[in-house]
Amino acid sequence: METPGFLEPFQGRWTKRHLLDLESLTSDEITLLLDVAQAFKDSTENCRRKLSILTGRTSVNLFFEDSTRTRTSFSLAARRLGADVVEFSASSSSLSKGETLLDTAKTIESMCIDTLVCRHKAPGTPQMLAKNLDCGVINAGDGPHEHPTQGLLDILTIRQHRGTLAGKTVAMVGDIAHSRTARSNIWGLQKLGAHVIVCGPSTLVSRRWEEFGVEVSHDLDSILPRCDVLNLLRIQFERQYTRPFPSVREYALLYAMDRKRMERAKSDILIMAPGPINRGVEITPEVADGEHSVILHQVNNGLAVRMAAMWLLNDGRATS
Amino acid sequence: MPRTLILNGRVIDPSQGIDRITNLLIDEGRIGAIDVDANTSAARVIDASGKLVVPGLIDLNVQIREPGFEEDETIESAAFAALAGGFTSIAAISETNPPVDSAAAVTYLGRQATDADHCNVYPVACVSSGRQGEEMAEIGILNNAGAIAFSDGQRPVSNPELLRRALEYTLMFNRPVLNRPEMVELSRDGVMHDGKVSTVLGLAPMPTEAEDVMAARDIRICEATGGKLHLLGISCSGTVEILRRAKMRSVGVTASICAYQFAETDEAMRDFHTSFKLNPPLRSADHIKACIAGLKDGTIDVIASGHAPRSSEKKMCAITEAPFGMVGLETALGLVSTHLVAAGHLDWSTVIKAMSFNAAQVLGLAKGTLQVGADADITIIDPQHRWTVDTTDYRSKSFNCPFHGVELIGRAVETIVGGVSKFRYDAA
Repeated sequence: METPGFLEPFQGRWTKRHLLDLESLTSDEITLLLDVAQAFKDSTENCRRKLSILTGRTSVNLFFEDSTRTRTSFSLAARRLGADVVEFSASSSSLSKGETLLDTAKTIESMCIDTLVCRHKAPGTPQMLAKNLDCGVINAGDGPHEHPTQGLLDILTIRQHRGTLAGKTVAMVGDIAHSRTARSNIWGLQKLGAHVIVCGPSTLVSRRWEEFGVEVSHDLDSILPRCDVLNLLRIQFERQYTRPFPSVREYALLYAMDRKRMERAKSDILIMAPGPINRGVEITPEVADGEHSVILHQVNNGLAVRMAAMWLLNDGRATS
Repeated sequence: MPRTLILNGRVIDPSQGIDRITNLLIDEGRIGAIDVDANTSAARVIDASGKLVVPGLIDLNVQIREPGFEEDETIESAAFAALAGGFTSIAAISETNPPVDSAAAVTYLGRQATDADHCNVYPVACVSSGRQGEEMAEIGILNNAGAIAFSDGQRPVSNPELLRRALEYTLMFNRPVLNRPEMVELSRDGVMHDGKVSTVLGLAPMPTEAEDVMAARDIRICEATGGKLHLLGISCSGTVEILRRAKMRSVGVTASICAYQFAETDEAMRDFHTSFKLNPPLRSADHIKACIAGLKDGTIDVIASGHAPRSSEKKMCAITEAPFGMVGLETALGLVSTHLVAAGHLDWSTVIKAMSFNAAQVLGLAKGTLQVGADADITIIDPQHRWTVDTTDYRSKSFNCPFHGVELIGRAVETIVGGVSKFRYDAA
């Protein structure tokens, strides 16, 4: 299938087999992904138009964790490019019969697939698959490690609204310790020149994060006036044994973005959340649905980013 | 039993302060003499030129998986792997099902070892019934059946009252309690060392405090009871310091470290390789440095292999689901030789003391020495031999070793147990 004209400038510039994290990508590679995603948005009626550039290719969604937006987004992205999509459910697979994860993945791969999209609660699972499989692997979230396409769609959203990341101050607030979104954002944002603040209770944002070159804060009110972007992360109670703060009420009092705090923020602040959002915990409804919120833009950008990743890993990749 | 003459080897015996090139005679399964004439008559002569002739290595931290988990390792395969690694004696710590908490289980272990006829295998029985950490096992009966020490293996004795009772009770039999210092409430679900790397990877951490706090508690109880406590697999600078102070107060505590601890830092986890999922975990460089200092000044007594075999299918999974451990018997000496001796941190005498004499002292064995009349358990080491770890060539039943393909310097080339050559390495 011939490459559409809008993708020709990007053809052959991607060299990697997999998309596993943002830590190992260069700023040029991140920019390329963003540019291709933007091109898809601009040229396909906001990713509505169906293309046929991956006709004959097959993508498998291998999800071991519940997911609504990411799984749907990857499925739609593949279909909008013309690829066939297979949805894999861990609970009804041979894994429940005792087959190892790797054997399951190899079995699927042997059915001539091109891309494997993997989500797993254990960090490193997509990396392990990538090492052992020939098909391209995309990390759709590996425990608290990374969620590269989420990071990219967040960054794309900021770029669309602010033009550039350089010099911008982006704060992520909430459960940094257990957040794969935070980790991918930190690498991506810093590589593109943003100043990153991670903010939350000290039990979820330890001083160790300063080693990443980010600013650590436990006081949202004090950093708020400096922020161009606020990314509000969900508290991941399911990953914790003991509650890292006394009560949800206390957490909301200290860290929830509400109308009162909006008054302290910059007048053009962007409010983001990777979702799912817990209204009343990290964000109040009037802020989530307010004029500064770009939460649904993020979801829409997710489609573009995943189309970009699928195309680059398949037809857009440099042939060696 | 035929006499064997070992010629021109560098004989190192820390128990006697010997480190010189000389000849050693084995007679009737015992050390016959040192510094004998090269023309002494013997049925077999071994040319040990360029080699080290040392007391047979003793490993006090070997997980035995039979009965119950024979797919990982049997007593026979572990004892064979031990020989290949230069170990003439191993203490078999119960990681079995059923646990070694009955006289029958101890007897079974001993019988399997006798049938295998490889190295000496000494049963370590459970501290608690069923390794449940609640009731003290029948230590007297287990002692009479042949157990030489007591340990709940990888499961630390969390209940301080139980540890206190066990340390008091084992005093009657002059047996040590081997305990892994880990406060599991602090390391629960942890996969790796708590540090920058774990933060980057999002892997649940095992903080050093989990070891430090438990070690301090254990040492205090040891001090109060006067019992014989051995801390298995220490890995943290804080623990080394706590131990150092305890020894200055003459507390009857000893400690061992696993050989793999010196080979890699926690950076190795960046590959998410399940074989690097170890307990104690690979630590950061500052902790390794403190542990080396601890070995140098005698704070850490013993280097063990931390042998924890797991069959491939158990490790072919997500890292959070994989069991801890790596096979260690066949690489322990090579790792120590490469990362401690060749790297210039320790001399051979210190290493041999830690891998033989001190281990024997902890276990109360009349071994780890080349004194005339002692059992002729001898390891001959080629300190310069470069070899590449090949897990497909392992005697162990498991292959969960992250060092496959890694080149090491130094290995055991002959292992002699009771005067009988049980293993010879064929370099070709």
